[in-house]
Amino acid sequence: MIDALLAPFSLDFMVRGFIAALVVGALCAAMGTYVVLRKLSFIGDGLSHASFAGIVIAYIKGMDFYLGAAIVAVVTALGIGYVHRKGRVSLDTTIGVLFTGMFALGVFMMSRLKNYSVDLQDYLFGNILGVSQKDIVLIVVLAALVVVTLALCYRSFMYASFDPVVAEASGIPTAALDYILLVLLALTIIVSISAVGIILVAALLVTPAAAAFQLTRRFARMMALSAVLGSLCAVGGLYLSYYLNAASGATIVLLATLMFFAAMAIGRLRRGRLVPR
Amino acid sequence: MNATPVVARDLTVRYDWHVALAGVDLSLEAGGALGIVGPNGSGKSTLLKTVAGLLAPSQGTIEVFGRRPKALAPGSIAYVPQVEAVDFDFPASVWDVVAMGRFPRLGLLQRFSSHDRAVVQRSLDALNIGALASRHISELSGGQQQRAFVARALAQEPQLLLLDEPTTGVDAATEEALRVVVRELVANGMPIMMTTHDLERAPEWFDKLIVVDRRVLAYGDPQEVLASGAYAGIREHTHTHGHLRADLQPKGLQ
Repeated sequence: MIDALLAPFSLDFMVRGFIAALVVGALCAAMGTYVVLRKLSFIGDGLSHASFAGIVIAYIKGMDFYLGAAIVAVVTALGIGYVHRKGRVSLDTTIGVLFTGMFALGVFMMSRLKNYSVDLQDYLFGNILGVSQKDIVLIVVLAALVVVTLALCYRSFMYASFDPVVAEASGIPTAALDYILLVLLALTIIVSISAVGIILVAALLVTPAAAAFQLTRRFARMMALSAVLGSLCAVGGLYLSYYLNAASGATIVLLATLMFFAAMAIGRLRRGRLVPR
Repeated sequence: MNATPVVARDLTVRYDWHVALAGVDLSLEAGGALGIVGPNGSGKSTLLKTVAGLLAPSQGTIEVFGRRPKALAPGSIAYVPQVEAVDFDFPASVWDVVAMGRFPRLGLLQRFSSHDRAVVQRSLDALNIGALASRHISELSGGQQQRAFVARALAQEPQLLLLDEPTTGVDAATEEALRVVVRELVANGMPIMMTTHDLERAPEWFDKLIVVDRRVLAYGDPQEVLASGAYAGIREHTHTHGHLRADLQPKGLQ
């Protein structure tokens, strides 16, 4: 019995997958606190789809795919911040314009290739069990970079998220913080593509934070709870997918979705809105 | 900081082709409260936003303590906008919101110290909302929310305080609490700029009054400005403010 339950951990590639899931789940969910509170849910889809152009460029140039994706995602993130500030365009419109443009660029370049033989399945849907030792190092280093920046700018990010106008008047560099946040989101998304893929990465950013929002009304608690829920979903989903013989990325996201609805029900019960008859 | 708190020279601010302020000259000395009155759309809020560094002059200069507002050390200017466009579902208690006032001065790695906590507590108490500290911000009345935002400005311990119509739409108790706070700050040497529609009580609030309608129409002692008939020049605008006209008529202004 115990042996059966521990079976997934006896496989090297599963252990690497669990490490990746734990880190990616917690990282996305912590960043997701800002995404949810700033009503930026679209950014996850936007930057991950834009990074597709980077994958195609990397293929053409013979570069590392994740490096290509990261460069394009960061450039797109900075572009989104710039166009939003200078072009007097709402943030969700800016994201809509730039990410479709970058995604189209990726498709355009791919369609002109004669012998395109790369299997895109891994990038679209993730392959957490294919994560190599090198990928783990990259994930952990990028995650550490994001966490350190997040810790340094934690208070300013909170103020700028809650009340950007007053924060700016008081001398908080809100414009610079917006760019930093966008770059952190780009890096977070790239790190997470290996786990759940381009299509589903947005869920890891949004769903755990949205669930945490249902359960607490304090900022620090929301971020901590979100990180815990995010890593639980990622590790739990990967574990379940082993027994259910299902796609790991999809199982992770489905588990997160179920957790969100459970949190919503608990939140409503607590606020006394679900009075039993 | 020995320079004059606020000096505007030939200040012109445009939104695209709309000129909100044209050629405004003014100065605010230390330890005084300057009241800004004028009809809707007269540029009152624009003036405060420009002093706060949120808008850039399209012509002329604005200097706060001898520098551009953006060049000041973080925490120098505290600004309380007319309408707080914040999400009141944001996960923050009243304490959390007032504590944000300390953030501009805190270094990246600096702890939130017992001194910071003491300043937050003192600011809450100054606005009589100490008992509400652990409440979520959505559980406050409009007047209590306004007190919390003013308390946040106090917690910042700024060199200059800008208040945009803080008394509009709040209860009488909040208005009086705000007036007491303003007068105490002024007594302690704080320069304050504040917009208002309440002409009648202006002399109780301010040391100087300025009448703005894109330009400066009058400036001086509040009683004198109100008696001078400076409002006659903008009377045509006042149909949008019944109470403004009602305030003016007893003073012999038509």
